[in-house]
Amino acid sequence: MTTTEDIVSDEPVISLRGVRAELGSRPVLRGIDLTVRRGEVVALLGANGSGKSTAVRTIIGQVPVSAGQVELFGTPRRRFRDWARVGYVPQRTTAAGGVPATVTEVVSSGRLSRTRFGLFRKADHAAVRAALDLVGMADRAKDPVDALSGGQHQRVLIARALAAAPDLLIMDEPMAGVDLASQEILAATLREQVAAGTTVLLVLHELGPLEPLIDRAVVLRDGCVLHDGPPPEAVGQHALPGHDHVHPHAPAGAEPIRTGLLS
Amino acid sequence: MDLLNYAFMQRALLAAVLVGITAPAVGIYLVQRRQALMGDGIGHVAMTGVGLGFLLSWSPVWMATAVSVLGAVLMELIRWYGRTRGDIALAMLFYGGMAGGVMFINLAPSGSNANLTSYLFGSLSTVSESDVTAICLLAAFVVLITLGLRRQLFAVSQDEEFARVTGLPVRALNLLTAVTAAVTVTVAMRVVGLLLVSALMVVPVAAAQQLSRSFAATFAIAVAIGVTVTIGGTVTSYYQDVPPGATIVLLTIGAFIALTALAAPLARRRARAAAGARAATDPLECSIPAGRPSGDEVGV
Repeated sequence: MTTTEDIVSDEPVISLRGVRAELGSRPVLRGIDLTVRRGEVVALLGANGSGKSTAVRTIIGQVPVSAGQVELFGTPRRRFRDWARVGYVPQRTTAAGGVPATVTEVVSSGRLSRTRFGLFRKADHAAVRAALDLVGMADRAKDPVDALSGGQHQRVLIARALAAAPDLLIMDEPMAGVDLASQEILAATLREQVAAGTTVLLVLHELGPLEPLIDRAVVLRDGCVLHDGPPPEAVGQHALPGHDHVHPHAPAGAEPIRTGLLS
Repeated sequence: MDLLNYAFMQRALLAAVLVGITAPAVGIYLVQRRQALMGDGIGHVAMTGVGLGFLLSWSPVWMATAVSVLGAVLMELIRWYGRTRGDIALAMLFYGGMAGGVMFINLAPSGSNANLTSYLFGSLSTVSESDVTAICLLAAFVVLITLGLRRQLFAVSQDEEFARVTGLPVRALNLLTAVTAAVTVTVAMRVVGLLLVSALMVVPVAAAQQLSRSFAATFAIAVAIGVTVTIGGTVTSYYQDVPPGATIVLLTIGAFIALTALAAPLARRRARAAAGARAATDPLECSIPAGRPSGDEVGV
């Protein structure tokens, strides 16, 4: 596992500089810097309302930026068109239509960015099947997504993102509400992707089973970057094996206050 | 089938088949994005177009197409920018459209409320040659869009945020859906009537969902139901001398009830089979019972 400083690899895949964003009139991001280099696995941590989801949504262009710059693969986000290189896994709640749809139909949406005018060739169907295999959902390909458990649904959304074989995966709380068995499958899937050189940005509430994969953690609080470095391992008893409820943001948030008082 | 000897019935049946295909084909995307009542809104706005057609002595079908397309685009823009005040703006658009229609048709020298009634609730005998030409052209457009762009429209209707990250032109596709829905409203206007159009967009889809487990199957079954009820309704209307729009809509709702009754034992058998299959392969997880929210939530 490499650490942040060791990676001097070429281009930054994601680059946020001085990014500010408001939701309504409330400032959610107050000038954050975030760089994710090729091959890195970065976790974005923070309490609810710290701005971590908003930060991700500025990257994919869902939330307008009021100041600062967002670049994807070295291109300003506004001019970025190569979306097939980006695989996005939203929070699970967003993907529910009013009409039944099968697992294959949902995952096929993820392949559209690699097609011309949405016409599927053999290779596209194969890519969809391969993505389902990766998350262990191939046997449920023809089932309606409504009939799946939370964990299975999450695996389908990840397969949808992987169907385009992206270079960058952006995941918003992939482990939220996911049962243990699915968490392990997700972690294994992610491990394979990382080994194959995929860059990953994860929004997480707690490190959980993904902890060994993560190169660097960026902790947000109140829309500012509080910590950017190795994942907060020094969280004492919370990191002990068997303690399944890690709160990296709480001790990380407490730390600077303490150092500020002492120095 | 003596009814086929009459030219007006040939035209009415052709129009009915096209309505049966196009209304559910567009409706499925509206239901998927939980805008089931959008067709109703467009129907209201189209009334202004019909009224203007009479007032200016232009074809009411083409006028209604122009005005309802404009209205649909406006609705989509309101949805986009309006946020919390959006529903008030939409309400004004709908009722303004309806009031405009009544007003224009009364100002028109050749118009009366009797003319308007045939547009509101549909009428077989009034489908003219030029109406049929217009309906054929408009229906071809709707079929082309709803089938040709089915993967894109599915992706956008299923998960707009994700669709944007795959680089799809989400705003353009949303506008296209709205325009296609508006065109469908005018296709259906002569046979089903403006006030009942929306039923034919939504109810066949809801009925198909009772049987289907995939989007593709829902699409196919909904169109099959749509064609069956529009033909059945038109024929019934001819023999029984009852209004076609109302007959078609009541038949559609009948189909929904029949399929729902039929689907309950089918779903039970499926659930049992699935539970049996899963117990052998995947003992770690229990499946969550299908908890799909109903598709009739309004989000125009």
